[in-house]
Amino acid sequence: MKVLQSLLLVLALIVIALVVAVIPGGQTLIGKVLPYLAFAVFIGGFIAKVVGWSRSPVPFRIPTTAGQEESLPWIKPNRFDNPSTTFGVIVRMLLEVTMFRSLFRNTKAEIHDGPKLVYGSSKYLWLFALIFHYSFLTVVIRHLRLFLNPVPGFVQAISFADGFLQVGSPSVMISGLTLVLGVLLLLLRRMIRPQVRYISLVNDYFPLLLILSIAVSGILMRYFLRVDIVSVKQLIVGLATFHPVIPGQVGAIFFVHLFLVCCLMAYFPFSKLMHMGGVFLSPTRNMANNSRKVRHINPWNDPAIKPHSYADYEDEFREFMKEAEIPVEKE
Amino acid sequence: MYDKEKIIPGLIVFVLIAVFPILYNRGNAGHIPNPEKPKAARECVRPVQDMRESHMQLLIDWRTDVIRDNGARYATAAGGTRYARSLQLGCMKCHDSKRKFCDECHNYAAVKPYCWDCHIEPKENM
Repeated sequence: MKVLQSLLLVLALIVIALVVAVIPGGQTLIGKVLPYLAFAVFIGGFIAKVVGWSRSPVPFRIPTTAGQEESLPWIKPNRFDNPSTTFGVIVRMLLEVTMFRSLFRNTKAEIHDGPKLVYGSSKYLWLFALIFHYSFLTVVIRHLRLFLNPVPGFVQAISFADGFLQVGSPSVMISGLTLVLGVLLLLLRRMIRPQVRYISLVNDYFPLLLILSIAVSGILMRYFLRVDIVSVKQLIVGLATFHPVIPGQVGAIFFVHLFLVCCLMAYFPFSKLMHMGGVFLSPTRNMANNSRKVRHINPWNDPAIKPHSYADYEDEFREFMKEAEIPVEKE
Repeated sequence: MYDKEKIIPGLIVFVLIAVFPILYNRGNAGHIPNPEKPKAARECVRPVQDMRESHMQLLIDWRTDVIRDNGARYATAAGGTRYARSLQLGCMKCHDSKRKFCDECHNYAAVKPYCWDCHIEPKENM
């Protein structure tokens, strides 16, 4: 049901793009105005979201004890899974951001005959997420060839590696196929596993389907409904140099693709996709577990409120305590 | 705002990456490709827009058809021009300079077609 709602939303966006691309002035709207608006919402929303998060105080070190904490000298600590130094935290963060170690530790719970509850390792999410994210990254870097003039070497190198199978013309890009594969795997996981399906909402399915529609429209444009790539690059470089133009004849499929990308950018800061910035602010990932070495003071403590020892407390309430027959240390 | 000294540099890095194309181009759209058009020829094998969009598919279809399936080596364009279905004997009869024709757009769009893995690249005075 929720997946159908998301699908309808994405289809509605595609229909809107198709209609706007053919009405007079519509191509100007999608090609010259919308990208700027979407980009501004993306950057502004992203910053606002991160600044909003940064206003929340984090009172304690929140370690996730996936490894031995540093304690006595003869007990070997796990430096990266339970780091006590900034360097350890940086390594843990790098491993998290580039290799998704939290997902690697994902578990599943199953009920067997007995009834017996069994927990087991579940690596699917980790594997699918790796396929998806690295494909997406490669696709984004490859697209820089349409933004940058002249095209720098690293973009050409990645495009070359991506197309090295030399299948067909234009060459099939591996990352395009694996991106679709990754999205489909993540989508199927959500739809097939009952536990995940139960907690999935429209805002879980919608970004997946939106990204799928972007990937499919891109693949259609590259291999089937060809567009003039030189005009496309002129349009995009025009945007990046603040002299937007709509050159030559560019097919409607390009405007559908661009419109969907703009939707993704504008939707990004208000969605779960903000985990891109949020991963760096995860308290369980970005804090050293040094609670036993360093005294951490609550950031919201009012400095006017002084520490109140038990002796002071007893001094203040001795009469009442005696009256209530509570034992006191000092008579 | 807590952890200012880490969050603000992080956000600056994010914005710099996001606006990288704007910084890289510095407002200059650069060289716009202007492939040299043949002076003598009347018509191309397909309409101009078709060629702009899908000449690479036409070429690979010719390759498969002529080289692998022993297909026809010659064909006739809509306007009656007879042409060889071949890169060097067909296309480059009129578009005789790789550098002034092919490379113009291919460099612009960072496309490296593997035509010249098998064909011998024409020597041109650079």
